[in-house]
Parts: sequence; C-alpha cells; structure tokens
Amino acid sequence: MTIFKTAVQANKGDLVQVHLIVLEPGERSSNLPEATQAVPYEGWIKGYLLGEHADIGQMVRIETLIGRQLSGILTEINPIYEHNFGKPQPDINFIGREAWKKLEDEG
Amino acid sequence: MSNNDYYSVMSRKNEILKPSVGIDYEQFIISPITFDYEGLMASPGFSLADTQKIQRETGVGNTPLIELKNFTKIVRLSALPGKGARIFIKDERCNPSGSFKDRRAALSVYHAAEMGYKGVVAASSGNYGAAVASQAVKYGLKAIIIQEAYDSRRVGQPEILEKTRACEAYGAEVWQMTVGPELFYLQLRILEETHYFNASLYTPMSILGIETLGYELAQQVEQKEGRFPDMVIITHAGGGNVTGTSRGLQKAGATNTTVIGASVDLRGLHMASDIDFNRKSFTTGHTGFGVPFLTLPDRTDVPRNCARGLRYLDQYVTVTQGEVFFVTELLSKLEGLERGPAGNTSLTAALGLARELDENQIIVVQETEYTAAGKLHVAQLTFARENGVEVCRGNPKNNIPGKLIVIPEDVGQIHTEDFDLTKIRQSYIRNTLKEAVGYFPEEMDIAFMAEDSKSSIEFVREIIDYSKAIPI
Repeated sequence: MTIFKTAVQANKGDLVQVHLIVLEPGERSSNLPEATQAVPYEGWIKGYLLGEHADIGQMVRIETLIGRQLSGILTEINPIYEHNFGKPQPDINFIGREAWKKLEDEG
Repeated sequence: MSNNDYYSVMSRKNEILKPSVGIDYEQFIISPITFDYEGLMASPGFSLADTQKIQRETGVGNTPLIELKNFTKIVRLSALPGKGARIFIKDERCNPSGSFKDRRAALSVYHAAEMGYKGVVAASSGNYGAAVASQAVKYGLKAIIIQEAYDSRRVGQPEILEKTRACEAYGAEVWQMTVGPELFYLQLRILEETHYFNASLYTPMSILGIETLGYELAQQVEQKEGRFPDMVIITHAGGGNVTGTSRGLQKAGATNTTVIGASVDLRGLHMASDIDFNRKSFTTGHTGFGVPFLTLPDRTDVPRNCARGLRYLDQYVTVTQGEVFFVTELLSKLEGLERGPAGNTSLTAALGLARELDENQIIVVQETEYTAAGKLHVAQLTFARENGVEVCRGNPKNNIPGKLIVIPEDVGQIHTEDFDLTKIRQSYIRNTLKEAVGYFPEEMDIAFMAEDSKSSIEFVREIIDYSKAIPI
C-alpha cells in the first residue's frame, strides 16, 4: 500500500498534482504591484497520471478530474488536503462564557 | 494558431466572451453609457416562478428563517430603553453546497445545460466555485474552477484551500493559481479552448437566481409577523447579493424595507499584491471588492454587469475582521449555529445597527454559509498570526487591516462604520464618464446614471459640470 507512504514515483492512474507556469514575470500584465510583477503567474492542478511511471520533478501528462489532458511538472503523488481547524485561540474563548453570564445576570 | 501571450488573449476578450454566455449583449447597449438593464435581465426568459421551480429541482432555496432571540436579548443590554430590534437570519447554509451561491449557480448551470454547453467555467476562490461544481454534477456537465489560491511562497488561506477540496469533492477540475488579475486571462484561455459556458457572477441568470432569496425572506417575515422586515442587511462584495436580494424584495412588495450593504473593512490592502494577499482573513465580502464594484460595476468578465449594487443600496456600512470573528463565536455559543465567518459579515453589522432601532422593528440578515476545516474563525486567526498579523482583545476601533485584528471585549463594542454613499455615487459618475471618454452624455445617459446610482438628474448634472471644469 504505497498510498500511506510518501511515494517518490507515481504510477499510471495515480492521483497526482502538477505545477505549471502560466506566465513568466516578464510576460505578466504591466499593471501590477512591484512584488507581484517580480514573480511568475503559476498554478497547480490535480489529475491522474497518464504515463507508465514518473518521478517528482518530471514533466508529465495527466487527465484532470473532468477528463481533459494537460502537461506539467509532477509535484505531489496522492496529494493531501492539509488545511485544518486551526490552533486554540485564547482571545475568543471568553466570548460565550461572558455572554451567557451577562444574560443570566439580567435574569 | 492563435497567439496566447497576455496582451493577445486580452485583445480577443470580446470575441471569446461573446459565445460564452449565450446572450447577445449588443442589442441592449444603447450608447457608450446607457444600456437597457431591465431588457437584459429579462432576456434569458426566466420569471421568478421559473427560477423557483428550477431551484427546487436541485434542492436550492426554501431555507429556514430563524429568529436569533438570544442575540436580540444581548443587544438590548447595551441599548437605550425601548431600543434593540429583533434579529432574524436566513440560514442559507442549508443549500446543497452550503451557501446562497447555489441560487446563482442553479440558474446559470441550468441555462448552460439548456443551451447545450458541455461544461461550465467559473473564476472563484469562494463558495461560488463549489456551488457551480455542485450544480454541474446535477446536470451532468463538466466544471472548471479557477481560484486565486496562493501567494508566491505557495502559502494559501485555509478558507480557499477548503474551497479547493470542496470543488474537487464535486469532481471539478480546479486551477489553484497564484495572486494576480491574470486570473481573467487564464479564464479567457480556458473558455477559448473548451467552448464551455462562462458561469460569470454578473450575468442576468446569476442575479435572477438571488431574487428568490429576497422574495422568500419577505414572504417568511410576512407570514410570521404580518408585515415586511424594516431592514435587510446584505454582505456586499461584487454587488450580486445586494442586487438580487433587493429585486426579490421589490417583487414581493417589500418596497419600504431599508436595504443595507455590509463589508469587512480591508481598506489599505492592495487586492493584486502578492504580499497583502495573505494579510487579510477575508477573501470576499470586503471593501476591496465592495467599493470598486460600486464605483465601476462594469469591470467584469461580461460586456455589461447585471450586479448593480448602487441602484439598490440605501446605506453601506463596514465592520472589522475581529468583530466578525467575535460574532461568529457568539453565534455558536448563544444560538447553537456554527457557521462560516465570511457569511457573518452582515450579521455583525446587524448587531451594531439593531441597537439603534426600536424594539418592535425587524432586521433580517439574509445569509449564513457552511463551516468546515479552514473555513472557520479559529483556523483563520491561526493563519493570521502565522502570517505576521497581530491578534488581541480590545476596542475594535483600533483595528488595522493587515496588521492588527482586534477581538471586541463585549457585544456593546460592536458598531458599524458608515461608508459615505454620496462619495461613492460621485466616483461612479466620474468613472462612467471616464470609461466613455470622447462621448458627450445625452439626456438619456444622465437619466441612466441617476437611476444606476440611485441619485437624481440634478446630482448627475452637477458632477458632469464640475468634471468639465477640471481637465481629466
């Protein structure tokens, strides 16, 4: 079960993520703040690997979730959603308790 | 073979967009300034009853209206005697993909399917993308969602990453892009390549879809209370929510209801800045969209924008990020409703405004949105701290967008800041004149601008005369 390991090689049909540069810094819109102008316009897309095998960093061809084909640099195999519920925030813990106390004090 | 560099694609904008929505905008354009707004809105041929029927088919709409009795109680504790209006909320989270955006997507995707398009494309980092992806599944269409997701370090807001997940859960092809207005360039390239439908937020379908929201809430209040609400508060970004809801209220006969737009104050942060991108906790419903879309509504991906918030707003207010986070927490703890923060912008404004209204008055907050990993106040505050934004408790007046999030210490500190609509109207008229450079406005154009900015012919004339005195 390679799915639970950090795979370095993808096989045909694996869900992968590819990276592509849509516009290099010099090709971007001229109407941009400096910091944005200095970096490429790039993106990431997920899909299923079309070739037999591929390593991270290789140019590959994928079939996207809707069946379109496109090429990009392989960045991740079985990509994980890593956003989460965040860390406890002491600044909001008081809100409910204090509000109920106020309501109860008023009867 | 077409050239796909930035400026070549942008110069093909009109020819790419024309076949992408199935509407001939040309027939509604009367002059460089005036167009037949109502004619355009009527052009897809959907009556309110048609829209309701189409939405019911996929479980969209008919969401509950809930009175927030504990909110009303706590507001009254900090109000003068006899003050503190009753607050109701329309629980739009009950829609299939978890937000009112399903209403917009429902009609657009239905229309796309009817017209024979094979797929739909939407540029959205938010709930609309998920709504389009969800509706596309129901009609067997392909969906491509283009998101502005990351800064150049590939750091993304948790709320947007949750939206990527949701769209992919519905089987959509998602493009997670870095910061930049070139999102539109990419959208054009994908439309040109696929010939899919452009599920723009600014078509007649997208606005007609929201009319049912205003209509429903007016009817629900009428049935419960025997009268229409005194005030409806609407989170404002691109203008669609304000426009559609207001039109729905009017169709229900609630013509005396005050319409308030509310945005999170993010003034000072640049929307195309790679650096500012992750210094904001809110990805929509903020002034970075709210103001420019009022002062120049036609800055969109269709020839004429049907979302024209300035036509309908009676008042425009702002609240701070910290206040919205406070109210999001309060909604869970006092009302048992755990909902996403961005959708609580209008609710936050309601707490500030209810204090000033009489006890017997009724305020309706017209949306909530779903919550999930990434899409909640705790995750967003964690992200803000990790990206150098300071968080503290205190007076929300000390809030500095991008630098300091102040969580109020008490409900009594929540207040709204009035955004001067007169100034926005002036900017709208100046921008409209600038866009039509070389064209001298006629009587009908002056009447159009007066209607489009909810002002008067005299008001428009005054600005035109003033503009003539100052060379642009």
